[in-house]
Amino acid sequence: MGLVLELALGHLGQRKRQTLVSVAGVALGVGFFIGMMALMGGFQQYFITQVIDSWPHIIIKDEFREPAQQPVFRAYPGAAVRLDSLKPRDELKGIRNAREILAALETSPYATAPTLRTQVFYRYGAREVAATLVGIDPKREVQVTQLARDINQGSLDALYSTANGVILGEGLAKKLGASLGDMLSVTSPVGAVLKMKVVGIFNTGVTALDNFESYSLIKKAQVLAARANVINQIRLRIPDVSLARQVAQDLENRFGYKAESWEESYSNVLGLFKVQNGVMYSAVGAILVVAAFGIFNIISTVINEKRRDIAILKSIGLAEGDIKAVFMIQGLILGLVGTLLGWVLGYGLTELLASIRFNMEGFVRTQGFILDRSLKPYAVAALFAMLSATCAAWLPARKAARLNPVDIIRGAA
Amino acid sequence: MALLQTRGLTRILNDGPQAVPLVQDIDLAVQAGEFVAITGPSGSGKSSLLYLLGLLDAPTAGELWIDGQNAARLSAAEQARLRLGKLGFVFQFHFLLPEFTLLQNVMIPMQKLGKLGAEAMRARATALLVELGLESGHDKRPDQLSGGQRQRVAIARALANDPLILLADEPTGNLDSKNGQIVFDIFQRLAARGQTVITVTHDAHLAAQTHRQIHLVDGRISG
Ligand SMILES: Nc1ncnc2c1ncn2[C@@H]1O[C@H](COP(=O)(O)OP(=O)(O)O)[C@@H](O)[C@H]1O
Ligand SMILES: [Mg+2]
Repeated sequence: MGLVLELALGHLGQRKRQTLVSVAGVALGVGFFIGMMALMGGFQQYFITQVIDSWPHIIIKDEFREPAQQPVFRAYPGAAVRLDSLKPRDELKGIRNAREILAALETSPYATAPTLRTQVFYRYGAREVAATLVGIDPKREVQVTQLARDINQGSLDALYSTANGVILGEGLAKKLGASLGDMLSVTSPVGAVLKMKVVGIFNTGVTALDNFESYSLIKKAQVLAARANVINQIRLRIPDVSLARQVAQDLENRFGYKAESWEESYSNVLGLFKVQNGVMYSAVGAILVVAAFGIFNIISTVINEKRRDIAILKSIGLAEGDIKAVFMIQGLILGLVGTLLGWVLGYGLTELLASIRFNMEGFVRTQGFILDRSLKPYAVAALFAMLSATCAAWLPARKAARLNPVDIIRGAA
Repeated sequence: MALLQTRGLTRILNDGPQAVPLVQDIDLAVQAGEFVAITGPSGSGKSSLLYLLGLLDAPTAGELWIDGQNAARLSAAEQARLRLGKLGFVFQFHFLLPEFTLLQNVMIPMQKLGKLGAEAMRARATALLVELGLESGHDKRPDQLSGGQRQRVAIARALANDPLILLADEPTGNLDSKNGQIVFDIFQRLAARGQTVITVTHDAHLAAQTHRQIHLVDGRISG
């Protein structure tokens, strides 16, 4: 092995510039992968934890996945039926057997909170803003979301102690120009109007919630929606959030109502993440392919230049495997050194990104990049780099091992 | 049985439009300690025969026995092993590795064989170089040497693993007559202490210094 390594290092030492370029190619791919993973992975993970904390894991809604069929279609299956002047009811349907569902889930390991969710208009002075009002039972809501933690002005308990209390998202309060203690005029789609007092302001960090959601006692929401004793969403928190999809499916099968996991609620954003990751993997893949061509190129060049050396080594008694190893090792050295330099580059890039400060409001609000500093991207990048280096070295190395020494020795004359 | 023995050894090239016979029906026995010259006009098949004897090329017919082994029948890996431990090659060109020092070049076969420790290899390589008249400068690269010196380093490398047979193909072909004579003096010295040497040469004067000459014409032994 010592000899094989000496031979490999000797060959690379004679082509310093090309070696440097190949190593730089690998390092660039590895470094950018690590930097981008830290950036995007960090953001994605942050977003997901925020969502998991401030959004129920599962929501049972007063909807069905398949819209209900009109009786006439059921009577004549497959027939061509024309139905005019169908008018959908415009009131909240509500979950009819909500009480039974809640009672049935009492014995499950899931925390549940009944809510009535309705659209409202808030008016404060001259400003009018459309938002969602979620009527909650605060004692149960705190078991399902982190609302109590996210309230940074006022308190959740104030809903009980104030006649018509409402808790607004920070963005919503800002749009209204309202602050703690202000009285708002709240109008519902059915025309009910209520004067409500701002008793709390929350900030989850998830823009969609902070700008459009508000909370009151469930009774007040029922008054506004003119649907006494009706709830239209049961919010759940489950012990293992990774099972949300599965549990939602089970609940849906069991109760018939649509049960939406948080992944489904945020499927558009999560889908965007997938696209984002795909784009990044392709970009890094492309860099590593170019790096692999560099490695292929240098090793092919070395082999062409070293045909006589290969011939004499074979005549001395080195086996095909030894010759192959000499060139595979060169590929591995290039991949390894490139990986190590890439790690340093990636670390530097991450630090650089971490030092940048700015204010941004996208899916979440932040003062800088949220970075994932886990070691996994380092391992993944190393794996990709070594794999591409190995593949790049394999073909020329095999060709070298198969060279016929007699042809070369004759040709030298 | 002789150290090296062939029966009807034949190599016919078949990859062209028509078959080209390189060597045919070679019956040859070389005893341990013999110093043999293979002679003949250019193109008579001397190199082809030497490549067969050194297991660098495979015969299309016939048998080849080296040190009691049916060498042509061995696997590629076993042949590589046999070359490493029992054969040493010198060619017309020195084929030294340019990025290695003289000492490293001579140590290559020993490193591959792996019988000696690092220090012992170093000592043996040094001793071989000194014996062949290269007293100093063992850390030089081959391109800092004259042609005659390089060929002597190549001989030292061929002797590194103390081979049973030293095979040489026109080792003086690239040297002036003085350096050519130095190489043959070395061969004679080696033969005198029992080293088997088979060398190809078309220099009659040098061939006359061996124990025995094998003359090839058109790929066959003549006379
Ligand atoms: N690959 C080949 N294709 C065709 N002819 C070849 C090939 N190799 C050798 N020969 C021919 O075989 C003959 C013997 O060659 P060689 O053994 O090198 O002779 P020598 O060493 O005695 O000069 C020559 O005529 C040479 O031209
Ligand atoms: Mg020849």
